[in-house]
Amino acid sequence: MAKKTEKEIKNIWTYDPAPESSDHIQLKDKYDLYIDGKWVKPESGKYYDTSNPASTKKIASIAYGNDKDVDKAVRAARKAYKNVWSKMEPSERAKYIFRIARIMQERARELAVIECMDSGKVIREARDVDVPLACNHFFYYAGWADKLEYAFPNQKVESIGVAGQIIPWNFPLLMAAWKIAPALAAGNTVVLKPAETTPLTALKLAEIIHEAGLPAGVVNVVTGFGDTGAAIVNHHDIDKIAFTGSTGVGKLIQRAVAGTNKRVTLELGGKSANIILDDAPLDQAVEGIVNGIFFNQGHVCCAGSRLFVQENVADRVIQMLKARMETLVVGDPLDKNTDIGAINSKEQLATINKYIEIGKKEGADMYQSHINLPKSGYYCAPTLFTNMSQSSVIVKEEIFGPVLTIQTFRTIDEVIQKANNTEYGLAAGVWTSNGARIFNLTTKLKAGVVWANTYNRFDPVSPFGGYKESGFGREGGLHGLKSYVKLS
Amino acid sequence: MERLSVLKTYKLYIGGAFPRTESGRYYELKNGKGENIANVCLASRKDFRNAVVAARKASGGWSERSHFNRSQILYRIAEMMETRRAQFIEELISQGISKSKAEVEVDLSVDRLVYYAGWCDKYTQVLSSVNPVSSPHFNFSTVEPMGVISVISDVKNGLLDLVSVVAPIIAGGNTVVVLAAEQYPLSAITFAEVLNSSDVPGGVVNILTGKRSELLKHMASHMDVNAIAYSGTSGEERKLIEIESVENLKRSCYIDENWNDKGAQGLKFIEMFQEVKTTWHPIENIGGATSSY
Amino acid sequence: MVNKTLSGVSDFTSLRIPIDKVGVEERVERFQKRSIKNGSKLEGLKLILNMIDLTTLEGKDTPSKVKQMCYKAQHLHDVHAGLPTVAAVCVYPNFVKLAKESLKGSNVKVASVATAFPSGQAPLSIKLEDTKLALDSGADEIDMVISRGKFLSGDYNFVYDEIAAIKEVCGEARLKVILETGELVTLDNVRLASDIAMYAGADFIKTSTGKISPAATMQVTYVMLTAIRDFMYKTGVQVGMKPAGGISNSKLALQYMVMLYETLGPDWMSNEWFRFGASSLANDVLMQIVKQETGRYQSADYFSID
Repeated sequence: MAKKTEKEIKNIWTYDPAPESSDHIQLKDKYDLYIDGKWVKPESGKYYDTSNPASTKKIASIAYGNDKDVDKAVRAARKAYKNVWSKMEPSERAKYIFRIARIMQERARELAVIECMDSGKVIREARDVDVPLACNHFFYYAGWADKLEYAFPNQKVESIGVAGQIIPWNFPLLMAAWKIAPALAAGNTVVLKPAETTPLTALKLAEIIHEAGLPAGVVNVVTGFGDTGAAIVNHHDIDKIAFTGSTGVGKLIQRAVAGTNKRVTLELGGKSANIILDDAPLDQAVEGIVNGIFFNQGHVCCAGSRLFVQENVADRVIQMLKARMETLVVGDPLDKNTDIGAINSKEQLATINKYIEIGKKEGADMYQSHINLPKSGYYCAPTLFTNMSQSSVIVKEEIFGPVLTIQTFRTIDEVIQKANNTEYGLAAGVWTSNGARIFNLTTKLKAGVVWANTYNRFDPVSPFGGYKESGFGREGGLHGLKSYVKLS
Repeated sequence: MERLSVLKTYKLYIGGAFPRTESGRYYELKNGKGENIANVCLASRKDFRNAVVAARKASGGWSERSHFNRSQILYRIAEMMETRRAQFIEELISQGISKSKAEVEVDLSVDRLVYYAGWCDKYTQVLSSVNPVSSPHFNFSTVEPMGVISVISDVKNGLLDLVSVVAPIIAGGNTVVVLAAEQYPLSAITFAEVLNSSDVPGGVVNILTGKRSELLKHMASHMDVNAIAYSGTSGEERKLIEIESVENLKRSCYIDENWNDKGAQGLKFIEMFQEVKTTWHPIENIGGATSSY
Repeated sequence: MVNKTLSGVSDFTSLRIPIDKVGVEERVERFQKRSIKNGSKLEGLKLILNMIDLTTLEGKDTPSKVKQMCYKAQHLHDVHAGLPTVAAVCVYPNFVKLAKESLKGSNVKVASVATAFPSGQAPLSIKLEDTKLALDSGADEIDMVISRGKFLSGDYNFVYDEIAAIKEVCGEARLKVILETGELVTLDNVRLASDIAMYAGADFIKTSTGKISPAATMQVTYVMLTAIRDFMYKTGVQVGMKPAGGISNSKLALQYMVMLYETLGPDWMSNEWFRFGASSLANDVLMQIVKQETGRYQSADYFSID
C-alpha cells in the first residue's frame, strides 16, 4: 500500500486527548507510616518525595521508615497476631477480607487514577487490569479463610505468624493484594513495604483497611527505601518473607535469611520466551507479542521479552508487528487512549536506554515506532531488535522495559532448547493452531506459567511463579495459600 | 584348608556404572571392634561433578517416562531389595547396627519403596488443579519434577535414611546425586547394585561415598543442581548450604524426620521436589451455545 | 480483473488461515476502549456519514419509499450546513431505475443487491440475469451473495466460479461480495470466504445481507479487514470493506472507524474503500454531529426518518 507520511496520516484522523479526570482524587501532602492502626511519624523525622514520572512533578511527601519503625510495626503485627488475628474465628477473618475487597471496588476509579499518577502506567490498564485484579484477589482469598482444611486435606494447617512483605513498583496495588490477601486469609499478620517510587496506592489501601475496621496491627505499611526493606528481612521476629522484585535483591534476601528459620517466597525476574510457530493465528500472535512486551511499558517480570519466530513466517510477523507498533499511542498515562505510559523512574529509563545502546553496539538491528515522545517525563518508544544471538546481552538480561528481541528458529527442538537456555524460568508463550504441538511445547518449556495462544493473562485463581532463578513459591490460587501456612 | 573368601570392592555409582573415585582416595571403614572391613571410595568434587552430568543427562528421559512405568520400576527396586534382604541385614550389622534394628530397617526400606511405587501415577492428580479463571480460558496447574537434586543423607540409619529420601524424589521424576552417610557406605553401594539390576536407567540415581565436610559446599553450590535435600546437618552446615544455594536459587529443603517411624512418608516428600506449572489456553465460544441439560 | 492472482490455487483448503476467536475478541475490545473526543469525533462522524450505503431491502418497499430515501441521501439534514451526502443507496434491482433517476446530478451512487438476494438459492443463470437487470437499470455497484451452502459443504471452487462469473458481467460496476458471515459460523470460515471472494475478483467484501442474525459484528469485520490487508500485501490489489446490518449508532460506528484506522490505515479511510450498510445509522450520526457542534443533546423528533 502506498505509504503516507506520518503527517498525512495525522491529517486524516487522529485521536484527540481523552484524559481521565483526576479532580476527584484526594491526596494528602504528606503520608506517615501506618502502624498498629494509626498513622505515625517516622522515627527519623525524614520524608522523601514521590513524583509523577509522566511529569516529574512531586505528588506527596512520604515517610522514610527505618529499623526502629520496622521494629514498631513488627511488634504491632506480633501483638495483633497473638491476641487477635490468630484467635479470631476464621469465618470472621473472611468477612474482614471480603469487606476490604468491597471498599476497594467502591473506590476503584480513585485507586486507578492514583496508580497512574504515581507509577506512570496507563489508565486503561490500571482501570481494567490492576485494580479489578487486586479487588478480586481479596475476594478470592477471603473465602479461603474458613476453608483451609479443604485446601490441605489430611494435614494440620496453622498460620505462620508475622509476614514481612516487600513489593515492587510495576504493579504497586496488585502486588500488595497478592501479598496481603492470602497472608490474612491464612491467619497471619503483615508488615508491608511498598516500593519507594510507588507508595501511594499501598497507603490508600491502608486507608481502606482502616475503613474496613481491621483490628489494629494486622496490616502495617512501612514506606521507605532498600534499607527499610532490609530491616524487615533482618528483623528477628519475622516468620516469613515474601518478596517480589529483582533476582539480585532476591538473592540478597535469601543470603540474609540463611540459617534462620524464616520462610521465604521469591517472585523474581524473567526473560520469558514467546514462541510463534508457522501455523499460528498470526494476527492474534502479533497481538500476543504486543501484550507480551508492551503491557505496562514492559515493566512486567513475565514479559515476553524474547520473541522466537519460525523462520518461514518471520518476515511477515515482523512486518505485521511493526505496523501494529505504529498504532500504539505513547504518552500521557491518564489519557484513555494511551497504550504505553511513562517509564516508572529516571533510573529505570537510564537502565533501559543503557540496554538499547548495548543492543546497538552488539550489532543488532533496531526498530522503534515513529512516535513523538512527550517533552517532559520519562518515556521510551516501543523498541525491537532483530539479528542477534543467544549470547547477546540484550537477549540474556532482563531489561524491564518496552524492548523486544527477536530471533528466528527452524525446528521445534531448536526453539525449545533456545527458550530454556536461560537462568530464568518465569513464563513462556506458545502460538500454534496444532493442539498436539501446544502440549509438546508447554510440557517442555521450563517455566512456571505457560500461555498458549494468549499472553500476560492473570487471575486470582491462577498460580503464578517461576522455575530456576525466577524465584520459588507460587502466588494466586490454592497453591498461593501454601506459602502462608504451616502444615504438619 | 579353609577357603579364602573373595572380598567385595565398594565403588561409587555414577551414570549406571561403578567407577572408582577419580581421586584414587579411600577411607577405611571399621567395624565395632575397630577392624577394617572395607576400603571405601572417598569421592571428590570431580566425582560429584561427573555424577551431576550423569544425572542431568538422565533427567529428560526419566521425567518424560510414563508415570506408570516409573511406578513399575520403583516396585522392581523393592523386589530386588527383598531378594537381597539377608545381604543388607548382614552389611548393616557389619556397620555396627544391631540385628533386630537391621531387620526392621531393611523391611521398612522395602515397604517404603512399594509405598512410593504406588504414588508414581497418582501424585500428579492430587497436586494438580483446574483453575476457573474469569476470562474465556482453560487454565490448569500441574506439577513437574525440579530436575537434578543433591541429597545429603541423614546419618541415623544405615539404609533407611537414604531410601526414604531418594524414593519420593525419583518417584516424582527427578534424578539424584546422593552422598551416603559416611559411616554407612556399604549398604548404600549395595543399594546401588539393586538399582543397577532393577531397570532404573543409569544416571537416575547416583551414589557417592565420602566426607560430608568435603562435598557439602559443592553439592550446594553446583549451578546445574536444581534443589538440595539435606538431613542430619549441624546449624553451621545448614547455613553454609543455604548460602551456597543462593547463586542459582537452588531450592534447599531441610528434612528432619525420624524415618523409622512408619508414618514418615507421604505426598509432601514428593511435592517438595516438584515445580508447579500453570498453563492457559483460550476457549472459543461460538454463537452463545450453552451446554445446558 | 478476474482471476487476478489465483495462479497456483487449485484447492482453497490450502488457503485456510487459522483464527483464534478469543484473541480477536480481545483485539476488538481494545478498539472499543479507544475514547474518541472533540475534533476527532466530529471528523469521524462526518466520515461515517459519507460512508453510509443507505439501505432499504424489504418486501414491502414501495417506489415512494425509495424516492424518499434517495432524497434523504442528498439532503441529510439541511438545517445544518456543511454535511456530506451518504455514499450510496442500496436497493433491490426493481428499484434501481427509480433510484438512479432520483439521484441524478448527485454523487450518490446506486448499489443494487443481486444474485437471488438474500439466500442466493438460485441457479447461476438466474443470478446472472438478476445482475444484468440491475446493471441495465443503471446500478453503479452490485452487492451479490455467495452460496453459503456450497461453501459449508466444502465446494469452494463452486463459490469461486460463481463470484468470478458475476464479476465478469459487472464490467465497470464495482462488485461487493456478501459472505453472510452469520451463516458461516466460524471466523476461520469468514477468513477463507474473504480470501476466495477477493481472489475471484471482489472489489468489496461485505459481511451480511441484514436478513440473518448476527449481521455485522466487529469481530467478523476485523477478520475481514486483516484478510484485505494480507491480500493487499500478497497481490498489491486494494479491496474495500462493507460491514452491513446491526450498526445503528454513532458510538459503534466510531469503533468501526478506529478498527479500520488501526488495521488498514488511512488509505482505506474514504467511501471508496469502506462503507457502512445501514438504514438507521445516519440519523444517529446526524444527531451526534449536531450535538458536537452545538453542545446540545438532540431529540430524534428533529431528524426526518426517511
